[in-house]
Amino acid sequence: MAELLEDIKKPENLVHKKSSVLTDNVMHYCPGCSHGVVHKLIAEVIEEMGIQDKTVGVAPVGCSVFIYNYLDIDWQEAAHGRAPALGTAISRLRPDRFVFTYQGDGDLAAIGTAETIHACNRGENMVMIFINNGIYGMTGGQMAPTTLEGMKASTCPFGRDPKTDGNPLKMTEIVAQLPGTNFVTRQAVHTAAAVRRTKKAIRKAFEKQKEKTGTSFVEVVSTCNSGWKMNPVDSNKWMEENMFPFYPLGDIKDV
Amino acid sequence: MSELRLMKGNEAIAEAAIRCGTDGYFGYPITPQSEVMERLMELRPWESTGMVVLQAESEVASINMLYGGAGCGKRVMTSSSSPGISLMQEGLSYMAGAELPCLVVNVVRGGPGLGTIQPSQSDYFQSVKGGGHGDYKLIVLAPASVQEMADFVELSFDLAFKYRNPAMILSDGMIGQMMEKVELKPQQKRWTDEEVAQMHSWATTGKTADRDRNIITSVELDSEAHEQFNNRLQAKYREIEEHEVRFEEIDTDDADYLIVAYGSSARISSAAIEILREKGLKVGLLRPITLWPFPTSRLQELSGKLKGILSVEMSSGQMVEDIRLAVNGKVKVEHFGRYGGVVPSPDEVADALEQKLIGG
Repeated sequence: MAELLEDIKKPENLVHKKSSVLTDNVMHYCPGCSHGVVHKLIAEVIEEMGIQDKTVGVAPVGCSVFIYNYLDIDWQEAAHGRAPALGTAISRLRPDRFVFTYQGDGDLAAIGTAETIHACNRGENMVMIFINNGIYGMTGGQMAPTTLEGMKASTCPFGRDPKTDGNPLKMTEIVAQLPGTNFVTRQAVHTAAAVRRTKKAIRKAFEKQKEKTGTSFVEVVSTCNSGWKMNPVDSNKWMEENMFPFYPLGDIKDV
Repeated sequence: MSELRLMKGNEAIAEAAIRCGTDGYFGYPITPQSEVMERLMELRPWESTGMVVLQAESEVASINMLYGGAGCGKRVMTSSSSPGISLMQEGLSYMAGAELPCLVVNVVRGGPGLGTIQPSQSDYFQSVKGGGHGDYKLIVLAPASVQEMADFVELSFDLAFKYRNPAMILSDGMIGQMMEKVELKPQQKRWTDEEVAQMHSWATTGKTADRDRNIITSVELDSEAHEQFNNRLQAKYREIEEHEVRFEEIDTDDADYLIVAYGSSARISSAAIEILREKGLKVGLLRPITLWPFPTSRLQELSGKLKGILSVEMSSGQMVEDIRLAVNGKVKVEHFGRYGGVVPSPDEVADALEQKLIGG
């Protein structure tokens, strides 16, 4: 066994290398969380495009507030929901830089709705990565704007009732209607094939920024096994059965 | 070359912003300061200096655009009036916490609530005591003329970048709307991206191989570390208090009575002093130019030889508390104010001083 381990470590047997844009910091995310996978994909895209020194990321408030500990690029940490406002100014004042925001559903689709819509409507040259797991993770599992009808959360313990709690919001479909967006897609990272498709989408969003034709928007439907109170495998299954019918995967806009 | 022009205080802000090399203005319309952005849009500085001017979707967005721009090491500013400035308080707290320089101009109108569009000075507390959540301070400059509206733009940026702290010009509807002659400084160059990267090693200019990544943030979950950070902020504030107090004195040498007033109220009070001096009363004026840091030491010095101090403010009495703290009971301190958008006359101020400090 020891011999086998030594053999694996040899450079000629290397089949996958951690992106140089990912730091060695241990991620704080729960096992099964989608954040780590999406972080890795962004890091790989930045490395492959060779834009580490030209990229500025904007971190949200929520579970991924500490994304700046994991990706070795310059970062600004925004107030809750305001990442697109920061991104707007960064992109306008440094048009030679690749700017992206990374936001969860509470951040992007509740408290930051105005900033999201107006940045996309103005067509700010930036990438927006939207992690939608239908729940507030960091604050402990409260109802999100994207929580499905009937889905339980700590502030709708008997399931979301549209009569009293309102309806889940399809922010991605909304921004796709705005003239300022040039690429709008919804992906997931629950299978190896889905991870590859999401990476392709993120790469395309970053490449699109070279055209200076507006905002590129990538939603990643994600799991929150702690908030959903399910193990990672069941979370993925639940997501496929419940989230995907309401939030269907695929490109919504590509111009 | 400098240029002598006649214009409104709000317009002077816009002209001075372009000329001192501001990189970006982000704002939202509100009376009585909309001329700032209107003038900028008319002047089209993006074609001359490359300055970005953007009408944002709200004051909340504006202040967060300042965060993003300042985080890149750029000279960024906004202007608004009282209700809009209230909306910016969260952003200002974040910027103070992330130690980001910027300029916010408040052309104050009467409150609370939607209030009135007429001049007022009732945002003093909000400006000098922090305004948002947490222990922090803004550097607050109070112009009393259109000339100072123009001059304080560059001064605010200098102080903001020197201390990596947000600065505010606390004006009011009167200074913003009135027209006076103003000498405008010649056009200065904006910093290049290379200069920014060199001068501001903390800015998010893009992580190069020769340095660690820069992170602009105000979050620190370790209480001990966060206390240390707060101590560092406080040390910075003490340094500002020591070095950056600015004020003007008129006729204080022989004064028995002192009026303390800033901005519009100082203009009115200087006329009141003339009325009172004609009556044989020895009255002087201390005009704080920086409201924070406040001229506390100078007031302490003066208090020993004074018979009374009158704080004249277009508020129900806010700065008067800082004067009382400064003199610590050594001398009687009274307040006179008109508020809700009412501007007092010099006669009213003179009468108030006689009534409140001398009696009868």
